[in-house]
Amino acid sequence: MKFIIAIIQPHRLDAVREALLQQGIEGMTVSEVRGYGRQKGHKEIYRGAEYRISFVPKLKIEVAVAAERSEAVVNVIRDAARSGNIGDGKIFVFDLETATRIRTGETGVDAL
Amino acid sequence: MIDGADTAWLMISSVLVLMMTLPALGLFYAGLVQAKNVLSVLVQCLAIACVVSLAWFVVGYSEAFSGTGPVLGDLKALLLQNVGRNAVHPGARVPETVYIMFQMTFAIITPGLIVGAYVERIRFGAVILFSLLWLLIVYDPVAHWVWGGGWLAAYGVMDFAGGIVVHVTAGTSAVVIAAMIGSRDGFPREVRPPHAPWMVMIGGCFLWVGWFGFNAGSAIKSGADAGMTMLATHLAASAATLTWMAIERVKFGKPSVVGAVTGSVAGLATITPASGYVGPLGAVVLGFAASCLCFAAVAAVKRKFKIDDALDVLGVHGVGGAFGSIALPLAAGIGTGGAALSHATGQQLAVQLLGVVSVAIWSALATAAIVKFVALTAGLRVAREAETQGLDFTAHGEVGYHVAG
Repeated sequence: MKFIIAIIQPHRLDAVREALLQQGIEGMTVSEVRGYGRQKGHKEIYRGAEYRISFVPKLKIEVAVAAERSEAVVNVIRDAARSGNIGDGKIFVFDLETATRIRTGETGVDAL
Repeated sequence: MIDGADTAWLMISSVLVLMMTLPALGLFYAGLVQAKNVLSVLVQCLAIACVVSLAWFVVGYSEAFSGTGPVLGDLKALLLQNVGRNAVHPGARVPETVYIMFQMTFAIITPGLIVGAYVERIRFGAVILFSLLWLLIVYDPVAHWVWGGGWLAAYGVMDFAGGIVVHVTAGTSAVVIAAMIGSRDGFPREVRPPHAPWMVMIGGCFLWVGWFGFNAGSAIKSGADAGMTMLATHLAASAATLTWMAIERVKFGKPSVVGAVTGSVAGLATITPASGYVGPLGAVVLGFAASCLCFAAVAAVKRKFKIDDALDVLGVHGVGGAFGSIALPLAAGIGTGGAALSHATGQQLAVQLLGVVSVAIWSALATAAIVKFVALTAGLRVAREAETQGLDFTAHGEVGYHVAG
């Protein structure tokens, strides 16, 4: 199993969710996070004064999938989240040791 | 003789002007600070309102509006003990009680305006002590000089609703206390932006509506003067709002919410002294000029003089109020609908200048002394650690926003 963490632009969430649904991925966790990479934050102007915002709002999507589906899922997220601008985000893939569905006690891929 | 219509209008105006502080000014300022200081600003405004109200009852009203000495009122209205139920305010057709209440709401909002200078770093006790002393030493005497038959009134200074009494006093005092308390940590490069522009909008709009009581109420009677004043106030605010948006659109590419509302307040502060003396065309011209001037002033205070008047009390209120007071003799002559001046235009201009400059000097000097005293007694500024953590939790034990759960 693989555990995929994607940091994306907040406004791409619906596109990513749609695309993952079509891939048969029916569960994910989303959290609001802040951060920066090469984008180095952005500037906002209030009353003529420039404010440097280093940590810009992003969404973090977490998905657990069977190992063989990992690459397809990464590709789907990449295509759906891409706007072509700096700040589009990153995707990280980890090995996932175990998974347990709390309600039934199922483990492994059955729990996903 | 008490007139029902005059009394009703002045009571409604008192409600409107109190609303300008509770909650309008609170929301306007609270939206401009960081999320961790939102409550501190709201409670500062509330506390100031209560302290000023009691001080007004004890001695403030006496200082400002009882008797017509050149410098200060007499103390005959101490604890309002000479005010009977049926007393009529001299020269008006309203009960003394209503006049006391109406003027009290002005006394409340003026130190409230200064909150914008010291937010995010002042001790709560300092807010209370400073506001109390400032009311007694700056606001009350100046209100007496201009409105209570004092020496500036004798010169014929015209200030319909408080360009000098409210905005020049608050604006100059704000920049003095901001300089003395020092900048917020990280100013100017690392200061955080306004946390809730929508809240600034709500507060600003309540201010706008409340300002009808502030300006049109200052006629102290219902009827023609109040009517023209309300119209002029509204037109000036509209022109100033659009002007600020246009400036931002040209300079930065986008008209912002915070900018638009700042323009409204700049226009309202500017029209305040002139509101009862100009016609509709004069009001629009003043509104337009207000945003041009205040936009430049805000940048100058922060970037050129490097003073952290955090929410631009001088740049918006002080400069607007001073400009409106000085431009009043000229603006009154634009188009029809203006009122007569106390003197010929040129001489009135000189008198207005005298009023603005003398009040600004007194405000600055007295504020410097008061701030010094507060620093030595109550202590002025919170510890660095508390500033970083935010005043909501460190001074009041509460948090404005619980993000989860």
